[in-house]
Amino acid sequence: MRYGFAVRIGPVGFRVGSAWPQPLHALTLLYRGYPSPCEAIPDFTVRLEPDGLLRRWIRPSIAIRGDYTLPEAAPLALRHGLLAAEMGMNLQMALGHRRFLLLHAATVEREGRVLILTGESGAGKSTLAALLGERGWRLMGDEFALIDCATGLVHAFPRAISLKNAAVSLFPAVEPDRWGPVLEATPKGTIRHLRPRHDAIARMDEPARAALILFPRFGFGETVREIGGAEVFVRLTQASTNYVALGEAGFTALTGLIVETPARAIDYPDGPAGIALVERLWNEVAR
Amino acid sequence: MNAARLLVDALRTPESVAGLDAVEWTELLAAARAEHLIASLAHRLDGQPIPPAASAILADARRSAEQGRVQALWEAEMARRALEPLGIPVILLKGTAFAAAGLDAGQGRFIGDLDILVPREALDQAEKALLGGGWEWVKDDPYDSHYYRTWMHELPPLIHRERDRMIDVHHTILPPTARPKPDAVRLIADSTALPGGLRTLCPPDMILHAAAHLFADGDLAGGLRNLWDIDRLCREFGEDSDFWSRLAEHARHHDLEKTLARALRLSRRVYGTPIDAIRHAGLVPASTKPKALKLEGKWSPEQVRGDDRIGLSDRLYIRRLLARDGWGRPTRKLTRFAFYVRSHWIRMPPSLLARHLWIKARR
Repeated sequence: MRYGFAVRIGPVGFRVGSAWPQPLHALTLLYRGYPSPCEAIPDFTVRLEPDGLLRRWIRPSIAIRGDYTLPEAAPLALRHGLLAAEMGMNLQMALGHRRFLLLHAATVEREGRVLILTGESGAGKSTLAALLGERGWRLMGDEFALIDCATGLVHAFPRAISLKNAAVSLFPAVEPDRWGPVLEATPKGTIRHLRPRHDAIARMDEPARAALILFPRFGFGETVREIGGAEVFVRLTQASTNYVALGEAGFTALTGLIVETPARAIDYPDGPAGIALVERLWNEVAR
Repeated sequence: MNAARLLVDALRTPESVAGLDAVEWTELLAAARAEHLIASLAHRLDGQPIPPAASAILADARRSAEQGRVQALWEAEMARRALEPLGIPVILLKGTAFAAAGLDAGQGRFIGDLDILVPREALDQAEKALLGGGWEWVKDDPYDSHYYRTWMHELPPLIHRERDRMIDVHHTILPPTARPKPDAVRLIADSTALPGGLRTLCPPDMILHAAAHLFADGDLAGGLRNLWDIDRLCREFGEDSDFWSRLAEHARHHDLEKTLARALRLSRRVYGTPIDAIRHAGLVPASTKPKALKLEGKWSPEQVRGDDRIGLSDRLYIRRLLARDGWGRPTRKLTRFAFYVRSHWIRMPPSLLARHLWIKARR
């Protein structure tokens, strides 16, 4: 590929190749301060390629490919190249990662214990985790929780946080150089990426044990509901991208996590209420 | 260096990875993934000194293939249970067969769909039994269905609605419209029973099927992997000294001599498959001077070329097989396109092909 970039996010090394310089330029700025892949051998390759013969130059459009590719994925405009690179890296994880049990979840840590926030897209887990990450918690990741099948520990995957639409305005105090460009009119609305704070990157290789699992839902009156192990199990199998592919190891890791970790479903009306609720449950329920 | 060449060298000579730098490792792993050979490579490199980062990737691939093997064997068992009441032989093909029979070719072998062979006269019953057992059509299109049933060697693909796994039910190993005409009745008669009630093709026919699949059907997509199957099968079965003469006899019977000869030449050229014994069986004569040979049957000069010389068409095949770069991208577009065109050409006679393409184009 004409242009290349490599980065390590937690235990996973990536290289991103591109037919154009712009996406990688944005990626380099966003991931300033991140380490390189271990021994310079990345786990996954992402390719940003022209979607067709002339699409390098004329109405350039990016096909997201790599070690693992979704044939039906729609191409993105060149101005959304950073998003394409991010989606490409997530895609490799979702389709190809087998070292850890992956949960589609955000994770934050305090005093060596991890809060797992999981739920459908739009439930607000990225935003909640990012808010917590700005107020005393260590952000471990906004997209994937990595569960070690042997030890049960949660490993960090602190990629740049993808904030959507109104969520961007919740972070007025953030240092300007931590923001990526504003990506308008993407298939997911307006998106802006935020580099996690320095400690999240510096401590990305420190795993920790899970202490609380929350299933947040944004935009509803405040409620807390206890949920039984069977429901947590079903919800987490749905939240996992590789539970089936891991076979027995995945089952053991997941049931171990559920037996050991209290869980609650919560609804919250807005960011501040969500934070207050999470902090309260952390003090009352977390193990 | 061409990344496919790196992959072939590592598979052929595992010690060769000792000198690789980080860029070469990266390219090797990308090419191996793209060719669905990464777990085979992982097994092959067992015991070699490998950088920890690469070693972790290979260990992941092995675990993943092991889980794939468990799922594939379970899927085969599900098909066996669905078809058991019919009392017909159910013969596993390709990857699932290698895994079920515990062959070297099954080590780390990526397994996609379940491929089975059943007697042609039992095809309708088998289809009904599978539909009753939870499988359903992938595509519900009358022309596609007609196309498969009239001109193909298999039913339209079925998928299990709960397990989301595909099954291809074959009644022979090549489309009836292709030029070679394997004898499906004898393939089934010669098949080998596995413990548990399923069957595989007999050893010579496994190689013939792999060769037919690679060279007489399709556009060589996944060709390096299929050729690796052939290499592994030849090495394992070839230890038996009678094997090569049986292979030659089966190839003649199934009208696959040319196809087999090409498979063996390329396997030898690409993976170094030892084929000394093959020459004794008369498949690839030893002399480098073809004209000095007393030829039997209709061997073409190209087929009888000796050890280290290969013909122009073999070179084209190798060019196609090695069309992969260090980013895992397909390369050599023109060569690929030529083989794509060829795949249609060899699969059906020109008039039928024209009709098929016309109908496909109008939709």
